Amino acid sequence: MKKLLLIILTLSFTLLLSACNGVDDTVRLGTIGPLTGDYSMYGVSVKNGAQLAVDELNEAGGILGKTVELISYDSKGDPTEGVNAYNRLRDEDEIHALIGGTFSGVTLAIKELAVEDNMPVLTPTATHPDVTLDADNVFRACYTDSYQGKVAAIFVDETIEAENVAVLYNRDDAYSEGLALAFIEEFESRGTVVETLTFGAQDDDYSSLLTVIQASSAEAVFLPGYVAEVGAILTQAAAAGMEIPFIGGDGWDSIEVDYADVADGDYFGNHYAKTDEAEIVQNFVTNYIEEFGSSPTALAALAYDAVYAMANAMEDAGSLDADAIIAALKDLDMTEAVTGSIKFDENGDPIKSITMIQIIDGEHVVVDKVEGN
Amino acid sequence: MNADLELFIRQLINGLNTGSIYALIAIGYTMVYGIIKLINFAHGEIMMFGAYFAFLFATTIPTDLPFLVIVIMAMVLAALMGVATEKIAYKRLRTAPRISALITAIGMSLFLQNLALLIFKPQPKVMPELISKKAIIIFGIGVPQITLYTIGISILMMIILSIFIKKTKAGKAMRAVSQDKDAAMLMGINVDGIISLTFAIGSALGALGGVFYSIAYTQVYPTMGVMPGLKAFIAAVFGGIGNVGGAMLGGYVIGIIETMTKGYISSRWADALVFGILILVLLFKPSGILGKNVKEKV
Repeated sequence: MKKLLLIILTLSFTLLLSACNGVDDTVRLGTIGPLTGDYSMYGVSVKNGAQLAVDELNEAGGILGKTVELISYDSKGDPTEGVNAYNRLRDEDEIHALIGGTFSGVTLAIKELAVEDNMPVLTPTATHPDVTLDADNVFRACYTDSYQGKVAAIFVDETIEAENVAVLYNRDDAYSEGLALAFIEEFESRGTVVETLTFGAQDDDYSSLLTVIQASSAEAVFLPGYVAEVGAILTQAAAAGMEIPFIGGDGWDSIEVDYADVADGDYFGNHYAKTDEAEIVQNFVTNYIEEFGSSPTALAALAYDAVYAMANAMEDAGSLDADAIIAALKDLDMTEAVTGSIKFDENGDPIKSITMIQIIDGEHVVVDKVEGN
Repeated sequence: MNADLELFIRQLINGLNTGSIYALIAIGYTMVYGIIKLINFAHGEIMMFGAYFAFLFATTIPTDLPFLVIVIMAMVLAALMGVATEKIAYKRLRTAPRISALITAIGMSLFLQNLALLIFKPQPKVMPELISKKAIIIFGIGVPQITLYTIGISILMMIILSIFIKKTKAGKAMRAVSQDKDAAMLMGINVDGIISLTFAIGSALGALGGVFYSIAYTQVYPTMGVMPGLKAFIAAVFGGIGNVGGAMLGGYVIGIIETMTKGYISSRWADALVFGILILVLLFKPSGILGKNVKEKV
């Protein structure tokens, strides 16, 4: 008898507790990104940019009159951790939409689950082409790797005017490889790629590769990668006395923090420039510095825009229903955004131009805004 | 100078640079194995801590210390660390089955890596340029100063070590202990002291390698000792584990093969080739190139 009573009590208690979730009195957005580890600067940027947007929205009355809540989990840059984070967000926190993942690798891992769940996903920063492929509910606020690589090739040909180029990329990283291959494909119709060299994620010694490039006729080097390895490579290149310019992609953002002197004179393509004079950019930069004490990276700007895009879509849809949000995202035409305008093509990719930046005296100087189409 | 020749010489210099560092680390592995028949897998982590010590001295102390002072302090600290790991983890297992000591060494390696992760955090830190990376022109080829220092100081250290092992009493005692520990004890040699000395010297040289490595390749991070440690271990086995001269030879051979492969074939093949050579050597000459059967160690 006692046992039966215990079981009945436990069951009813559980039922009582479960009824406490799922009440739609707040709008819940989730973010996933590396908050710890080698790449924490990227995940923290995304979280902060999103948080700034959420705080501003709440001050202005929230979305559909409800308070917005941002829940962030750490992916450590690892796809398995990312999937765990997504499951938690979906089951425990019951988010209405996902602003994530930050890394392409993690986002690709989550994509299948998100498609199955019909969860509205707007990744601010995953640039791999496959992320939005065959996924009606997945959108991105940033341009793709293939687009970046292509535009970099156009920039190197038309602005830097180099005819012979070397390409150096990380064969263990989908992002680096994606940009490199897209660059090569576009550049081969304009000039010659004299050397294509790769390094691995475990490598520290790039001297033999740099020596090969030095001995070649390369006038510029395309080096898509993240700050940790790019910084080391640029330092070793400077030590070897290399004077030709290096060009990179959005992974270079913040390289001036630790490596300003060796990166001086080099270029990279980014989603926005904090020195851009447009009012919405400067307001964003000022408010971000006030709240977080440091200057925002492009990833923060993208996350900020992504949250606003999602907010606009929810307002347009007039509801938090997944299908309604997705339909609203498809029709979204946000002309005022920090990273340019946001309008999605039939794939879920945005149509926008790339800001090409040169690092001079540790500052980002806007050189050009290049379109790939 | 002919462009192809110049390229070859540049790559050779790169190889000598990498080789010097592998040789310094390999000596540590080989000396410890020679004396207590243990592969000290934690040696790569001593190299990493040596680099971190130098980083700390160079960045936290407000005055600008000369390179020599920083390096010597790092080497001393690393030597103490090596002696400590021996006393804490390996000493009591001297009579245990070899596998127990091996597993302890692996455990020590993981422990030290994670300790570094906890203390220093995973983000790679930029090593200050304690030795300039600017190039000096020699015979028309620009060689970075750090490369000259690395190769020069490494060779100097190896010569000093060889003289030490051959000519001093302590060196003789080390050779005696590695030949026959019990007989050495009967001869009145303080075996414990000699073992500690071995760990100290090996760790100091490993730390020196770590300092050169981090200056040349820019960054210090907690797992930086893993790959170089592994390659140095291969170099030690290649040259004949237990043989100091073999470790030096092995270090340079592996370093040059790795660099030449990256420069002339493809960087994808470099690691595969290095590990492949290890397998070949072990198949055909298991005792390594300079083998244990050679009486005179160095």
